[in-house]
Amino acid sequence: MHSFGYRANALLTFAVTILALMCAMASFSDNLNHPSPSSSVQVLNVNWFQKQPNGNDEVSLTLNISADLQSLFTWNTKQVFVFLAAEYETSKNSLNQISLWDGIIASKEHAKFWTHTSNKYRFIDQGSNLRGKEFNLTLHWHVMPKTGKMFADKLVMSGYRLPKEYR
Amino acid sequence: MGWIGETMDSIKSLQIRQVLTQAVSLGMIVTSALIIWKALMCITGSESPVVVVLSGSMEPGFKRGDILFLHMSKDPIRAGEIVVFNVDGREIPIVHRVIKVHERQDTGEVDVLTKGDNNYGDDRLLYAHGQLWLQRHHIMGRAVGFLPYVGWVTIIMTEKPIIKYILIGALGLLVITSKD
Repeated sequence: MHSFGYRANALLTFAVTILALMCAMASFSDNLNHPSPSSSVQVLNVNWFQKQPNGNDEVSLTLNISADLQSLFTWNTKQVFVFLAAEYETSKNSLNQISLWDGIIASKEHAKFWTHTSNKYRFIDQGSNLRGKEFNLTLHWHVMPKTGKMFADKLVMSGYRLPKEYR
Repeated sequence: MGWIGETMDSIKSLQIRQVLTQAVSLGMIVTSALIIWKALMCITGSESPVVVVLSGSMEPGFKRGDILFLHMSKDPIRAGEIVVFNVDGREIPIVHRVIKVHERQDTGEVDVLTKGDNNYGDDRLLYAHGQLWLQRHHIMGRAVGFLPYVGWVTIIMTEKPIIKYILIGALGLLVITSKD
């Protein structure tokens, strides 16, 4: 009854139970945080806008992104993945989501940022629908915890209308 | 002499009972593990509810040896979600983030492009030759929860099988030799 094996087993079981409970509580405590992030994006320039040889439209933009995501961070937050997506509808597709820029924020100190960039991923349509097309710019974020449940949310921002002609 | 024979008989019957109880309890452990796994499969709707991260392509979010909990629902796939997908001709599923989504107006089918957070380019190089997009049937589930380090147990066991055999042997020995 009181052998070494039993004591070791009991200790290990207890330790794992406590650890699992602490992980669950840490994950649950994220629900108590009510973040209020803010962000704004401007399209400064259409660098070029053309039709690829295969018939798909492609556009290159210069963007000015600023955001304050500090309120997303809690003690259980490992990092926040943030990305800006262009979202629009065409006659062929009910939804097109194209990530234009993304970044990893590792700490609260870096969560208030400002960046001036051209699109990191290519903005290519499936087809030739981008002339004069209005799209929404949406900032999405994905909170990755140290342990437990992951959270995601978004902020829809002002749209932008692409020029009527290629350039 | 009769007294000794009686004792021998009682010891023999006791051992048979003991062996039977041990066999039953071992069977209970194995079957309850199976029940938990299958129940998780039913709840999450994913054929593998828990996956171990094997590569560093999602660092610093997910490191090698971390565990992800998957969920497969009817909800449409959207950009930013971390999905687990199987590419034709590859056995090991990949855990990466969706960066582009095109959803058809008429059929509702989706074209999805993924990328690892830590990779420089998107995943078209990983897909089957000539494949540009992932479809719904490639995707096994989306990651909803995260537990660090626990997956190292399985990584060590698959990479160093000798440790697995030693562990199984030791456990078996423990079960056989334990008195109560």
